[in-house]
Amino acid sequence: MFDSEQWREVFDNIAKNKLRAILTGVSVFTGIYMLIILLGAGRGLRNGFEQGFKGNAINAIHIWGGTTSKPYHGLAANRDVELDNEDLEALRRGMDELDKSSGKYRLRRGESLLNYKEKFGNYSIHGIEPEYLHLEDQIMVAGRFINELDMEEGRKVIVLADDSRDKLFDKADPLHNWVQVNGIPFEVVGVYKFESGRGQNDRSSVFLPLSTAQRVFGGERTLNQISFTMHTTTLEGSLRAAQRARSILANRHQFDPADERAIWVENSLENYITFSSVFTGINTFIWIMGIGTIIAGIMGVSNIMLIVVKDRTKEIGVRKALGATPGNVISQVMIEAVVVTAMAGYGGLLLGIATLESIARLLPGGPMFKDPEVSMSIAVQALVLLIITGSLAGLIPARRAARIRPIEALRDE
Amino acid sequence: MIDLQGIRKAYRTGNNVLQVLKGIDLHIAKGELVSIMGSSGSGKSTLLNIIGILDNYDSGEYLLDGMSIKGQNETESALLRSKYIGFVFQSFNLITFKNAIENVALPLYYQGVGRTKRNAAALDMLDRVGLKEWAHHMPNEMSGGQKQRVAIARALIAHPKIILADEPTGALDSTTSGEVMELLKHVNRELGLTVVIVTHENDVAAATQRVIRLKDGLIESTNADLAMHPADVR
Repeated sequence: MFDSEQWREVFDNIAKNKLRAILTGVSVFTGIYMLIILLGAGRGLRNGFEQGFKGNAINAIHIWGGTTSKPYHGLAANRDVELDNEDLEALRRGMDELDKSSGKYRLRRGESLLNYKEKFGNYSIHGIEPEYLHLEDQIMVAGRFINELDMEEGRKVIVLADDSRDKLFDKADPLHNWVQVNGIPFEVVGVYKFESGRGQNDRSSVFLPLSTAQRVFGGERTLNQISFTMHTTTLEGSLRAAQRARSILANRHQFDPADERAIWVENSLENYITFSSVFTGINTFIWIMGIGTIIAGIMGVSNIMLIVVKDRTKEIGVRKALGATPGNVISQVMIEAVVVTAMAGYGGLLLGIATLESIARLLPGGPMFKDPEVSMSIAVQALVLLIITGSLAGLIPARRAARIRPIEALRDE
Repeated sequence: MIDLQGIRKAYRTGNNVLQVLKGIDLHIAKGELVSIMGSSGSGKSTLLNIIGILDNYDSGEYLLDGMSIKGQNETESALLRSKYIGFVFQSFNLITFKNAIENVALPLYYQGVGRTKRNAAALDMLDRVGLKEWAHHMPNEMSGGQKQRVAIARALIAHPKIILADEPTGALDSTTSGEVMELLKHVNRELGLTVVIVTHENDVAAATQRVIRLKDGLIESTNADLAMHPADVR
C-alpha cells in the first residue's frame, strides 16, 4: 500500500494544492515552534540560575556578623556582633558535620591598593585559609593556592585573579614577582580564575594568607566572614547545621539564638533547593503551556482535515467510482496528513532551534538567562507525538471519506 | 450481462422506512444500449448504485456477467468496479487539479499500472475521443463537451464491460449532447460494450435501443416501442 506510486500521488496532490497544505501546516508549525521556544527559554532560565549557584559549593554555609535586634540576658539590643578566629575554632570543635572551612578577613576600604611597578589597581583583598579553595569554584591557572605553611609562617604571598594579573602584568608571567599591597611587598605564588559564573566575591578578588592579612593590616583576630561546607547534602541536615552554628555563636556572643539579625547566615543548599522547586514549578508551567499549544495544533490539523475531506467529497467519490478501495482512500488522506504535519513540524523544529541559537548568541550568558536550549530527544518526541496524534485526528475524517457513497457524492443537488 | 431478480431496497431514516425498490426484475444483454427513465424518486439512482456495485440491496439476486454480486466487502466491490464498470457522470467529475491525461489514467493507477504505461494508454484513449491536443490541459480550460469526452475516455481506459452513465448530457446543450450520445453509441457499437444511461431527456432515451421506465420502485415498461411515452412529453 505504501508503494512509490502512492507517494508520487500524495506529493502530486500536495504540490497541486499548496494553499491547503500550507494552511494545514501552519498550525502544526506554530505549535512546534512555540513549544521549542518555551522549552528552550525555561532551560535558559534554569541554566542561568544553576550557573549562579555553581559559583559556590552547593552545600556551603556563609556567616557574617550583624547587629543584635533583641535584648538578651540583660544585654541591650543593637550590639554589633564581630566574628573572630575563636568563633571559627569553636565551630570546628563543636560541629561534626563540618567539612571544609575558612575564615575571611577583608582589608578595609582605603587599604585595597595593589601595584606592580607603575601599574596600580583597587581590588578586594581577602585574607583566607587554604580550604577556601573548596568553598568557591576557583581553579588555579598558574602556581598554587595559599597553603598551611603560608599560614603558619605568616608568609607575605599573594594569589591573583586572572583579570588582576592581566591588568598588572599585561599577561606576562607574574609568578615569583613581588607586588605591593598598600606599599607592602608580597610574592605572587599563584593565579586563579572562576570556573563559571560569579563567585561569592567579585571576580577580581586577590587572596593573602589569613594570618598574614590579620597581622600586617591590623585585623588582629577579627573575621568578616566564616564559610564552611558540610558532609550532609540534605536540606534537613544543612538546616540543622545552620541552626547548630547559630546556637554556638549565640552562646559565645551572648545573643538570642532566635535573633535573626545578630548574625547573617546564608545557606546555599537551602537557596538552591528553594530555587530548584521554583524551577520545577516553571517547568511544569512550561509543559502545560506546551501541551496546550500542541493540542491547539492538533485541533487545527483535524479541523482543517475535516474541511479538506468535506471539500474533497466529490474528488473522493470520483476516485472510489474509478476503483479506489477504502484502503486506498484512507491511506491517501492519512499519508497526506502525516507528510504535511511532519514537514511543517520539522520546519517549526528547525526554526525554533535556530531562534534559540541566535538568542543564545546575542544574549551574553548572564546569571539570569544562559544558553537557552532544548534537548533533541524531547523535541523529536514532541514531533513524533504531534505526527501520531495529527494522523489520528486525520483518521476520523479519512474513515468518513472512505464511507462516501460515490453516486450520492457526485449528484448535483 | 446484467441480471436482476426481485431486487428490493429500503432506506431507514430514524423510524421511517422508505421502500425505494420494490422488486426489480431486469435483464440487460451483453452489448445492449439501454436507457433508464423515471421521475425523481422513482428509484433510478438507487438502481444505478446497485448495478454499479456502489450500494448493496436487501433482497433479490444480482448476477453481473454470471457472477453473484452479494456479500462482497468494500475492497472486493472496488476491485469488481474497476474491472467491470466505467462511470460517466452528469457534471463530468474530473479531478480539477489534474490535467486531462492524468484524469484519464487514474483508473489504471488504482489497478496498479505503472505511470509511463498508464499515461501512454491515456494519451491513446484521448486520441480516440479526439482530444489528443488537449491532453495536458486542465479541466477548467475545456468546454463541457470536451470534459465529458475526457470523462468517457476515463471510463473506457480500464477496458470495462459496462459503461454506466448517470445523466451524461444533463449539463450540456443539445448540440453537444448529440455529440456525446454519438460517442456513447460509437463505444457501444464498435467496442461492443454494454451501455446503461440514466436520463430524463426523451431524445437521449430515443437514441438508445431500449428504454426502461421506472415508477415508484417498480419497472413500468421495458419496451423499445414505448420510447416516446406520452407521460414524458412536456
